[in-house]
Amino acid sequence: MPLELLDSPGLLENQKEGLWTLNFGPQHPATHTTLRLVLQLDGETVIDAEPDIGFLHSGFEKLGESLDFNQYVTIVDRMNYISPLANEIAWHHSVEALMGIELTPRCKYIRTIFAELMRIHDHLLCTGTCVLDLGGATAFMYAFNEREYIYEICERASGQRFHTSYTRVGGLLYDVTDDWIAMVRKFCRNFPKAYADFAGLVMKNRIFIERTRGVGVLTKEDAIAGGATGPVARASGVTRDLRIDEPYLAYNDFDFDICCAKAGDCYSRFQVRMMEMEQSLKIIEQAIENLPSGPIYNEAHGKTGIPDKTEVYRSIEGLIHHFENIMPNRQMNVPVESFYAATESPNGELGYYIVSDGNFRAYRARTRPPSLLHFALFPKMIRNCMLSDVVAVLGSINIIAAELDR
Amino acid sequence: MTLDNSTVGSDVQARLQASLPDVAQTWSTFQGQERVVVPASQILQFLKVCRDVAGFDQLTDLTCVDLLEMQGAVDRFELVYCLLSVDAGTRLIVKTYLNEPNLTVPTATQVWFGADWLEREVYDMFGIVFEGHPNFKRLLLPDEFVSFPLRKDYPQQGRGERHNFPIITRSKS
Repeated sequence: MPLELLDSPGLLENQKEGLWTLNFGPQHPATHTTLRLVLQLDGETVIDAEPDIGFLHSGFEKLGESLDFNQYVTIVDRMNYISPLANEIAWHHSVEALMGIELTPRCKYIRTIFAELMRIHDHLLCTGTCVLDLGGATAFMYAFNEREYIYEICERASGQRFHTSYTRVGGLLYDVTDDWIAMVRKFCRNFPKAYADFAGLVMKNRIFIERTRGVGVLTKEDAIAGGATGPVARASGVTRDLRIDEPYLAYNDFDFDICCAKAGDCYSRFQVRMMEMEQSLKIIEQAIENLPSGPIYNEAHGKTGIPDKTEVYRSIEGLIHHFENIMPNRQMNVPVESFYAATESPNGELGYYIVSDGNFRAYRARTRPPSLLHFALFPKMIRNCMLSDVVAVLGSINIIAAELDR
Repeated sequence: MTLDNSTVGSDVQARLQASLPDVAQTWSTFQGQERVVVPASQILQFLKVCRDVAGFDQLTDLTCVDLLEMQGAVDRFELVYCLLSVDAGTRLIVKTYLNEPNLTVPTATQVWFGADWLEREVYDMFGIVFEGHPNFKRLLLPDEFVSFPLRKDYPQQGRGERHNFPIITRSKS
């Protein structure tokens, strides 16, 4: 897009009189990353907004065509870096669905726990910074304190705090240890208090409610036709959650509710995210107490799993097994097919459309990013709101530019 | 949520075939996912019927695949529409094939307005033109960009575009 400011296409010449144009971003604290908005303003009322994206485009999908199914996991966790493991789980969910691999119960449970930890992780950032953008710095600190502990849980399991690259086709990098289980239990004990502190600071805060209630309304019809999913759609009254409607991993085993709201404004999106954190905690508590024992790779699928490193270094069978998995001309059998599979990521439906030509890497690895479709709805939400509402709406739809631009 | 049995499974196929007998439809299933291939000239008509008759009220995803290096492929581009019926929870994948020089299909923005950015992204990456789109231009890449990077004949390292971007200084902007 050229650097000069753009004219709104929908306005007539005489309607433009008295309007002024404001360039918002690409570098602005409230955009969190790099995205640009060109706002048409009448006084302080937003008449129209034109998003301009692509500043973080890094060609991830092109890279997906040259890296194999296990290697590409290092790229997908850089998409939505607020919840890296949720991306990894979604990517390998699609790969396993394409190849028809069934996971072991233990692997399913560990992935479910991580998926829910990531949901809490993502929602804490989204709600925390949403409050911060509107001037409430205290609540943000409570949220980030808990996020720090989730990073430690990730580090204990995978060795990495942030970009964990923890999942593998048909399994996981390492099995979890008793330490890790103790850490998750500790998190389950401590989180309700931190959550109550955080919610107490915000949920009934009059300033916060007045800044967000009735602001940035998205109707149910617009949410459906516009492709909104996840908390954004549920805040507008869509009762769809892939965890229940298209159960994957171990979600069938747990008792939890879909959280919905009707108003479709910033406050309901905030509320839905807050309620989902409680439900996620409920799932983690159920999963950690019922964590099955057994292997993390399914023996029925032969040697698809990458062997343990001690086995590789100490036995010839392990080394051959590793070699067969890693060498490009060997690897696993992939059907010459295409498949779309999606998971409920914290932000919405995160899907991967994979086309395979029978090779060890994807012929095409398309990401369906929830942020892209949500940000496309932004001009609809912001129309006729005030200039200061821009940050409230942006914060409530949780745009992650790395996922938006890929 | 209970699934509405009237729209599950091959009922969608029967319904769409009954309401559009003159559109050539090739149906297939893989791991329980239904796919249908329709001719590019009738894609808009088919998508409209998908929404109005079969109840697919959401366009989940729209993407394209360049089949240049695919063994046994006869066509160049495969356009993929992932449809979803929000209430019934049914998915359907609609595909159509395009060949050079005619890389034009009608826009689906009048069927689902969420197709807006998805179509712009497909144009940006593959050069497929969507006729009748209200705001048709590149989405992610700069307007000066001339290639379509997700095509298979575009090298992964690029063609040196990064080094040739105009430098804009503060005094000139």
